[in-house]
Amino acid sequence: MPFVDSDHDSGPATPMSIKILIAGGFGAGKTTLVSSVSEIKPLRTEEVLSEPSILVDAIDGVENKSTTTVAMDFGRITVRDDLVIYLFGTPGQHRFWFMWDELSFGALGAVVMADTRRLADSFPSVDYFERCDLPFVVAVNCFDGARRYRPEAVRAALDLDPGVPVVLCDARQRSSSRDVLVILVEHAIKLLTDDKRAVTSR
Amino acid sequence: MIAVPDERWLGRAEGPVVRPYALTGGRTRASGESVDLLALVHATGNPLADTAFLEPEHAGVLRLCRTPKSLADLASDLDLPLGVVRILLSDMRERGLISIQRPSANPLTDARILKDVADALRRL
Repeated sequence: MPFVDSDHDSGPATPMSIKILIAGGFGAGKTTLVSSVSEIKPLRTEEVLSEPSILVDAIDGVENKSTTTVAMDFGRITVRDDLVIYLFGTPGQHRFWFMWDELSFGALGAVVMADTRRLADSFPSVDYFERCDLPFVVAVNCFDGARRYRPEAVRAALDLDPGVPVVLCDARQRSSSRDVLVILVEHAIKLLTDDKRAVTSR
Repeated sequence: MIAVPDERWLGRAEGPVVRPYALTGGRTRASGESVDLLALVHATGNPLADTAFLEPEHAGVLRLCRTPKSLADLASDLDLPLGVVRILLSDMRERGLISIQRPSANPLTDARILKDVADALRRL
């Protein structure tokens, strides 16, 4: 099909897009992080719940299909004309797992936000990203008044692989949230170059 | 039945979703290949395209994607659920009004690009 290209003469027609997921339990600071580094907009998805996607609600057949609306945080950082970073705050409830597969497809990696008062809330996200082999970092959001833990203590409590970065952050601070994203990208680069080394030394 | 929401769950209070699905003729799935969240949608500007079926929402899509827009951006800007926008887009593509480009080949296997991304973030 002919591609009519009249409005954007400068720059390449297809900017590169990078997708990063922001996961973690309810109230761990996902929305705060997305809004501190990017222009944030709500994104709704309307899903028909069908059998494979149901983990919580049992649905017997087509006649019982129901739809559910999920609102996600959606952030966009336009780095250059040809490079855009998209942030997706993944819905935290387990019944929305089915959406995670789409969100994580082709993603650079994920930030798992952790709140030390409710560390167990971040287990499902950690498990998920470990299983699908997506690079991730754990960002411990240091809330006012919350007891400070050393990253090593959080690593042990979450039983993380030694290579997974654990960083303390204040999601309200743009610079702090940005640093978390930088650490994630550096981690992804390290995994990529380690992989390549492993392949060439075989 | 689904229990009372505890996180950003849009329940009954959010109002009806009838209108979006009236737009899609009740369909909840688009035909053909599913459009990636980050696929870029671009109005073709094709004067011969079939515009007789256009609803305000279709016109909204056309207006927004005079310059390429991702599916996620479109759904957010139109305030319509992703699934509904996917259906609108597949109809509009069939009628030659828009073109949809898949996201550029996976940039994540190129360390140089990732280093660019890290540098760009540091400058934020």
